[in-house]
Amino acid sequence: MLSIKLVPRPQPSKSMVYLSPLLAIGLMLVFGLIVFMFLGQNPVTAFHAFFIEPVNDLYGLGELLIKASPLALIALGLAVGFRANIWNIGAEGQLILGTIAAGGVALWFYESDSVFVLPLMFIAGALGGMAWAAIPAFLRTRFNTNEILVSLMLVYVAGMVLSWLIHGPWRDPDGFGFPQSRMFSDSALLPLIIEGTRAHAGIFITLLALIVTTIFFRWGLLAFQMRVAGLAPKAAGYAGFNSQYTVWIGLLAGGAAAGLAGASEAAGPFGQLDMAASVTGYGFAAIIVAFVGRLHPVGILFASLLMALLYLGGESAQVNLALPSAVSKVFQGLLLFFLLATDVLIHFRLQFGSSNAAARKAGAL
Amino acid sequence: MTQAHSTQAHPPQAHPRLELRNISKYYPTIIANKAVSLSVMPGEIHAVLGENGAGKSTLMKAVYGVIKPEEGEIFWDGVAVNISSPAQARKLGIGMVFQHFSLFDTLTVVQNISLAMDSKQDMGQLAQRISEVSARYGLPLNPHRLVHDLSVGERQRVEIVRCLLQQPRLLIMDEPTSVLTPQAVNKLFATLRRLADEGCSILYISHKLDEIRALCHKATVLRMGQVTGVTDPRQETSKSLAEMMIGKELPVCDHPPAQHIGSERLVVTQLSRAADDQFGTSLKAIDLRVRGGEILGIAGVSGNGQQELLSALSGEKPSEQPQDIQLNGTAAGRLNPAQRRQLGLRFIPEERLGRGAVPEMSLAHNALLTGHSQGMRRWGGFIDYRKMRAFSKACIDKFNVKCSGPEAEAKSLSGGNVQKYIVGREIMLKPEILIVAQPTWGVDVGAASFIRQTLVDLRDEGVALLVVSEELDELFEICDRIAVMSEGRLSAAKPIRATNLEEIGLLMGGEMHTDSTPLAQEVA
Amino acid sequence: MNTETLILILAATVAAAVPLIFAALGELVVEKSGVLNLGVEGMMIVGAISGFIVAHETGFLWLGVLAGAGAGVLMAFIFGIITLTLMANQVATGLALTIFGIGLSAFIGQNYSSVALDGLDKINLVGLSDLPIIGKLLFSYDPLVYLALLMFPLISWFLYRSRSGLILRALGESPASAHALGYSVIKIRYLAVLFGGAMAGIGGAYLSLAYTPLWSEGMTAGRGWIALALVVFATWRPGRVLLGAFLFGGMTIAQFHAQGLGIEIPAQFLTMLPYLATIVVLVLISRNANTIRLNAPASLGQAFHKEVH
Repeated sequence: MLSIKLVPRPQPSKSMVYLSPLLAIGLMLVFGLIVFMFLGQNPVTAFHAFFIEPVNDLYGLGELLIKASPLALIALGLAVGFRANIWNIGAEGQLILGTIAAGGVALWFYESDSVFVLPLMFIAGALGGMAWAAIPAFLRTRFNTNEILVSLMLVYVAGMVLSWLIHGPWRDPDGFGFPQSRMFSDSALLPLIIEGTRAHAGIFITLLALIVTTIFFRWGLLAFQMRVAGLAPKAAGYAGFNSQYTVWIGLLAGGAAAGLAGASEAAGPFGQLDMAASVTGYGFAAIIVAFVGRLHPVGILFASLLMALLYLGGESAQVNLALPSAVSKVFQGLLLFFLLATDVLIHFRLQFGSSNAAARKAGAL
Repeated sequence: MTQAHSTQAHPPQAHPRLELRNISKYYPTIIANKAVSLSVMPGEIHAVLGENGAGKSTLMKAVYGVIKPEEGEIFWDGVAVNISSPAQARKLGIGMVFQHFSLFDTLTVVQNISLAMDSKQDMGQLAQRISEVSARYGLPLNPHRLVHDLSVGERQRVEIVRCLLQQPRLLIMDEPTSVLTPQAVNKLFATLRRLADEGCSILYISHKLDEIRALCHKATVLRMGQVTGVTDPRQETSKSLAEMMIGKELPVCDHPPAQHIGSERLVVTQLSRAADDQFGTSLKAIDLRVRGGEILGIAGVSGNGQQELLSALSGEKPSEQPQDIQLNGTAAGRLNPAQRRQLGLRFIPEERLGRGAVPEMSLAHNALLTGHSQGMRRWGGFIDYRKMRAFSKACIDKFNVKCSGPEAEAKSLSGGNVQKYIVGREIMLKPEILIVAQPTWGVDVGAASFIRQTLVDLRDEGVALLVVSEELDELFEICDRIAVMSEGRLSAAKPIRATNLEEIGLLMGGEMHTDSTPLAQEVA
Repeated sequence: MNTETLILILAATVAAAVPLIFAALGELVVEKSGVLNLGVEGMMIVGAISGFIVAHETGFLWLGVLAGAGAGVLMAFIFGIITLTLMANQVATGLALTIFGIGLSAFIGQNYSSVALDGLDKINLVGLSDLPIIGKLLFSYDPLVYLALLMFPLISWFLYRSRSGLILRALGESPASAHALGYSVIKIRYLAVLFGGAMAGIGGAYLSLAYTPLWSEGMTAGRGWIALALVVFATWRPGRVLLGAFLFGGMTIAQFHAQGLGIEIPAQFLTMLPYLATIVVLVLISRNANTIRLNAPASLGQAFHKEVH
């Protein structure tokens, strides 16, 4: 009888560390095509509409960049915490706070055309995101409270705060009662960097974060200490690393990144505060980006481009295939499932067939 | 027990109770058992002897149906059987007392025992039967207590009673004495002999030569998964058994008495600490002093406060009182491990993977764990990879760590080699005070002897050493003075040559204040 | 406030507590086996839409409830394959399950957003339901409410009185010991996880078939997460789960009645209440580190493989 068994590997497979994300992407595509066929679509047309169509012109590439940029930025920040097993899953809320803080600055200096408005918006955005992340950090370090649930609950709270602001105090007085703020003045908007696209200068912040985290993860003693705290908390205690510090840094890094992404969204494509535009789901999608990118900056860069493509594909599918745009979220979820599933191959290998002969071979290794 | 009695009626030369023929079990990295054969007669106490990693536990798990061997046959009373699960093993009449107990802390004794029964039990009746059986065999137990409130010895009793209730015809004991005082070992042996007299066969797993010679009728010796001898241990010397077990004579540590006793380096004064929870032990007014150039040993049955003392000394759980721990004359009670390291304290914990080293990280990165402040970083917060690897390489070479190099993951090494690396790392970081917990626990004989010798050499260089161990033989081999931990108290330290195993055993059993007993005066 | 309003509020509180009771009691059983499934929100919302679609297409509401349970089981099965068979990280997989569930429900529910459905009928016990006060308070809910309330004694009995429950608790305490005694850790955990999925699915179906009754994207609004928090708040005891669920049900209802009571607070701040309250109770319960450590199943969240020790 043919049986499939998982056999522990003597050493974790280094190649599977890199191969399993690719395998997961492959499985997601295969599965996706089957779903498209099931929905009565021609798989080739569907594939084209989903993955090629959105990026076959410059404008599309620009869209890819402005979607990938916040995803990568947030994922980089989250990776700092995830490496230490600090589970900040409330980046969405921190992003909203970043948007609010940056938007607040933009509205406050509505009349100003100073060059300092934009930097101030980003500082405010980062601080806003950090403040929101500081709540779970404080509660975890002071009261031992689970940061997963607290950070997640604060997403809903952040959404309500934004909703209140744009329904109430910050509502555009000339907006016919629509729940949105005024359009920001030009001094509060990021310059475009590629002619003919919406790609804006916020991308540079992501690039900077990419460089900083690469150096930090590779050479930073603190990053090493946080990694130890994540892999073996007792070893961190034994070595004398401060665990509270780890929690704070892990959460604040994610908060700052999400806040910056929020500021960048506010000052970038939207230029105003608006419920639909500000609640993007990037904070949740970035969790997938961080995992698929293996919590590594370069991996995150690629994963963010892929995830951005899935977003665009979903929009394109809506237009060209009359499919609900939520199809992209299904793909995103599937991608993470397949990744988690294929990760088993890092520590185990599949063994087919009757157990005896194969086991003997394993024993001889 | 009627069943057990009836087996005595069989002529002993009939079928063996259990016979294993050519059992093999392979794991990805090792061959745990290779063509192992063994037979146990009714009423026989049969030793399975071998050092750590020889494949003893794997073999017993195969007999108990926990794992399935790839090859070989098992015969029960002369009939070939396929033991596919513990439930089936129990049905045949096989009971097993596990080395790391298979008990559930938050459940009561009677609940624990009912879980090993294969059908639903009336808890009241079961409790009554537990009381009866435990009284009959002199293993007193209260069926309604929670397991986490029990001492280690009592937990073992639960496991034994759990087996006895099923009227076993074969009892497997996996390293049962590692948690007992010498006196408790004697009591256990009496129980086992009585069971054997009633016709129950016993498989006794151990690496302790003296115990096997005292208890067992027959011994099967394993080395690296294979049988290297079958013998009557009563006819053998420890030396000849050791040769079968490790292929050479037991190495003995060269340990002349301490020569140059220096100044007091580690001073603990009236250290008291409430336990974190009911699972822990409170420390009660602990006093100890270790001077440079000597080794102080702390004996005791595990769970008597050793963990708590060690984490208080290492700084992983700092105390409120700065004065209760002094390192080289500096009050250090409130300092964290990193700060204490600056004062010359180095600590080698009992848990190697997960505490002393990060299993998923390379050996080089593991050097960084405690060595980062010693030249392996630059510009304050950045890792100097060149220095880190050089240190790791030097440690591997100097301490003869078998591995593929500094990039090898810590968890890919054998227990002995991980321990050599950690010991080496801490020694290369120049300790003035070294605290070591269970230095050779789970380590093969060769590496154990190397580690003990290293500790003695370190003493002769003037380092103050504190060694906490459950192995009395080890403490008597390397220590200059010895103290005993029991229920969170530490006895006064005695010079090793002024005490003996029996006295230490009594102290381990909780008989404090023996300073005035005749025994102590006699040897003083 | 008159008695009638009070009774209305109390009855609404019970109804609001029901989805939490289903989801949290289910998760409690899952966690007792040592598995942490953070995908409750995802299972709930897929249960909600599946139940709604089936009820709408077939016209049989109870088929919808079954479909909700079935969808929850399927979602839980995905979780089981990835964490139990393939031994992946439970936290990450639970998150994935939630993200996937929210996406999937939006995808398949696209065309059902503005569809009307007659919800589950309230029971009408001749005589009893017409009693003053008592009738309204005790005898005039839909059957799922009674099912939820019935689950509490059932699960308590299962956990603390039955042998299977003892095995489940033991396994969550020490899977290695349970394995050594011959229990199939993975199989039992699968059963617990699937049960949790069914319960979450019913909780979701209750929202779309009885509570509102309609389908809207993201309609679970964090209830799955609150259910997770409730399990912690309850220190893994079924009775306290019930208590906590009523507390949160009350919180949800309070926002609708606050204006009626003359409290002038923007609606958004009232909507925040349940989420903020969740944080507050989590802080209160975990303030003492031992409370969590001693009550949580010891193996919670750890993968188990019988050949790796």
